[in-house]
Amino acid sequence: MANQQAGATTSAVIVDDLHKAFGELEVLKGVSLNAREGDVVSMIGASGSGKSTFLRCINFLEMPTKGRIVVTGEEIALKPARDGNLHPSDKRQLERIRTKLGMVFQSFNLWQHMTVIENVMEAPVHVLKVPKAEARARAEALLQKVGLYDKRDQYPAFLSGGQQQRAAIARALAMEPKVMLFDEPTSALDPELVGEVLKVIRDLAKEGRTMILVTHEMKFARDVSSHVIYLHQGVIEEEGPPAQVFGTPRSERCKQFVSGIH
Amino acid sequence: MAWVIAKNIIKAVVLGALLAIAALIVYWFFFASRWDWIPKYLPLLLRGLWYTITLLALSCLFGFLLAVPIGLVQVTGPGWLALIAKSFCTVIRGTPLLIQVWLLYYGFGSLFPQIGMAWPGFKEHFMWLIRLDGYWYALLAFTLSYAGYEGEVMRGAFLGVPRGELEAARAFGMSPAKVARRVWFPRAVRLVFPTLAGETVLQLKSTPLAFTIAVMDLMGVTSKIRQDTYLTFEPLMLLAVLYMGLTFILILIFNRLERSIPTRR
Repeated sequence: MANQQAGATTSAVIVDDLHKAFGELEVLKGVSLNAREGDVVSMIGASGSGKSTFLRCINFLEMPTKGRIVVTGEEIALKPARDGNLHPSDKRQLERIRTKLGMVFQSFNLWQHMTVIENVMEAPVHVLKVPKAEARARAEALLQKVGLYDKRDQYPAFLSGGQQQRAAIARALAMEPKVMLFDEPTSALDPELVGEVLKVIRDLAKEGRTMILVTHEMKFARDVSSHVIYLHQGVIEEEGPPAQVFGTPRSERCKQFVSGIH
Repeated sequence: MAWVIAKNIIKAVVLGALLAIAALIVYWFFFASRWDWIPKYLPLLLRGLWYTITLLALSCLFGFLLAVPIGLVQVTGPGWLALIAKSFCTVIRGTPLLIQVWLLYYGFGSLFPQIGMAWPGFKEHFMWLIRLDGYWYALLAFTLSYAGYEGEVMRGAFLGVPRGELEAARAFGMSPAKVARRVWFPRAVRLVFPTLAGETVLQLKSTPLAFTIAVMDLMGVTSKIRQDTYLTFEPLMLLAVLYMGLTFILILIFNRLERSIPTRR
């Protein structure tokens, strides 16, 4: 937990004892996390370790089986549903909480029927009710920032994967979220396009944005994170500052997993 | 060498045949056909054109409005609504349109007068239902038909929108209704826009069936002209040209619409 300065101790996201089962298969077996403002938390682990599912549970794209989630001090009210999972009991609260969580997906998921700038403006205008002119100005500034200002009137299909992902990051930032959630943001990219996306995320980390990042990019996780969680078969096997997790892990499995990157 | 000669012979024969057909049409048009009836029937033809156009436009409009929920509930459920929608599509797509037109016209068309006979109060208040002419039955039949076919198309369209895009919309705090309105529906329509355009052209050419229940659409008027004038060929020729013209205009409209909304994925 790198940011121990005074004033940086407010929790942005608390996840407490999260469980998730798909039928018989238990994917998460009690995972907890406390991301304070300004933290960059990276989740690493082999495919199938449950790290993406964990991230998707934070904004309820997956419904957890058990656990508590608190976003910027507000606990999300849950009730058990017939499918055996917990569902948010207050739709309005869920929608409000989601506007505070900027999600970036592995497969970008830009809306293909809108231009780049329309994608960035869509949620601010239609969810937050920001006036159009204001949303446009903000969107242009964000596209400038991710280097896509020239492509603002293009449709996503005409952009490279790296450009699409940068547009998706701008779209998430446009909501002025309290926390950014990245779900393997570079896994669907050609190797030569990974760098441009990582650079944008790195800049966000430098600005002190709170981020939770699921990634396979070990070096990147080591460089930008304040806290790293190594997940193995639905359990936190190792966690701590990057120097510890990558340098002197206590767990033998974690040691093996990170050994490839030095 | 022999091949080149053969090719040239084939070319000459085909060209000659085409020229002969063209010459025949020109000869027929200028020397063997009569068009003097057109001025007399022009008002009737214009009204027929109006009926045909409104039958097409209204049935496609209302049919599409029905098709959207029919497609949607088959994807989202609940199960019993999906079953009703599915059954509706199956019945509509599984029976000839002509039979649907006749069942509605002769079915309801005779049901209402019978109710009127049995219950005078009905006759008093719902005379318009009893007097309803074929046009409205045709419009209803064409609307249901379009809804049935396009309901199936829309079902596929809704399914075809990538899940991730819907997930993204939810992740940014959109309510289910907003997701449907802002992302799911517009995205789905763009996916099937060319299909809908083609189906509308097909629908145009189903409208002559209205003539079988005494509607004076283009086909009905043509039929009347043929009976009045004893001309067999000329009115049909004019009819064919008119439908072709309408099709051409429809295609122009849809092309323009399609260019204004890029459909590339």
